[in-house]
Amino acid sequence: MLTSKCLRGVVTGYPLAINATIINITEVDYNPEFITRIIPKLDWEVLWRAADSIGHSDGLPQTIEPKFEENNEFLKKVHRVLLEVDIEEGNLVCPESGRRFPISKGIPNMLLTEAEVQ
Amino acid sequence: MKLKVLEGHLGEISGFTKPKVEYEQYETPSHIAAVALYTMQTQFEALESKLVLDAGCGPGMLSCGASLLGAGTVTAVDIDGESLDILKENIEFTEVDNIDIIQCNFLCPEMYRCENYFDTVVMNPPFGTKNNAGIDMKFLKMGLDLSCDSVYSLHKSTTRSHIQKRIKEWGVKGSVIAELRYNLKSSFKFHKQHSKDIAVDLWRLHHS
Repeated sequence: MLTSKCLRGVVTGYPLAINATIINITEVDYNPEFITRIIPKLDWEVLWRAADSIGHSDGLPQTIEPKFEENNEFLKKVHRVLLEVDIEEGNLVCPESGRRFPISKGIPNMLLTEAEVQ
Repeated sequence: MKLKVLEGHLGEISGFTKPKVEYEQYETPSHIAAVALYTMQTQFEALESKLVLDAGCGPGMLSCGASLLGAGTVTAVDIDGESLDILKENIEFTEVDNIDIIQCNFLCPEMYRCENYFDTVVMNPPFGTKNNAGIDMKFLKMGLDLSCDSVYSLHKSTTRSHIQKRIKEWGVKGSVIAELRYNLKSSFKFHKQHSKDIAVDLWRLHHS
């Protein structure tokens, strides 16, 4: 799920760059009401660039249109990129330090070593 | 989903294989988790189609339950990789598909990037009894900072007046919405009794 892997990077440096070696697509139940409600919470530009960097921005507009909530096709695309595209193996890379956070079995490890925590 | 069905599903979830004392890894019993989650949904509509965070998720009893009750997505956060591996198995076993796992320290300052992001934060925080006094309150405060609506958290009933005091200091509203009994199996060597019944409160805290 891209939801938390890139949008609100839970680590130093934002947004994190994504290096994906294995991407999985898993089908998730489509809930348009939920998608409509979370879109305003997202940093759209960051999401678009993240999706684009892993080759999944097809048909996704670079800016959100007004009345997006009425555009079911758009909501379905957001649903797909947010919930169905999953990075199974890869890295999240901090843009400032270059520090890599490994993603293994779909789980990003954001723990810093004691030396990194000042 | 009925309460009994939910409890049945959660009863089949695996717990900690080797609980770590430094993280106070006590499992959330399936009965407690089921009642707590069911109360959140039926009384406050806090789960269905909501953006949920499970803070200190462990093997994911609350995460899986929240997902079964229709959460939009559940973000499950824990510092311990081994617990998250078990959660991964539990997710496959429960056949839920919208839990997003992150291994990180819930109390690290970077979490503030998610300030007010989640609708609902659920947690069974460390009680703060083993050389880490106060960690339960740190979890609670962080949960409040990351939620735009409410936090649901399990605490020993003996800490009730202390929590009431902190809630006032923080300027938020809160009340105990269920009183539960937690049958703590002796999971660590220093436990003298085989099992112990502990009174536990389910708190609901929300921004006023």
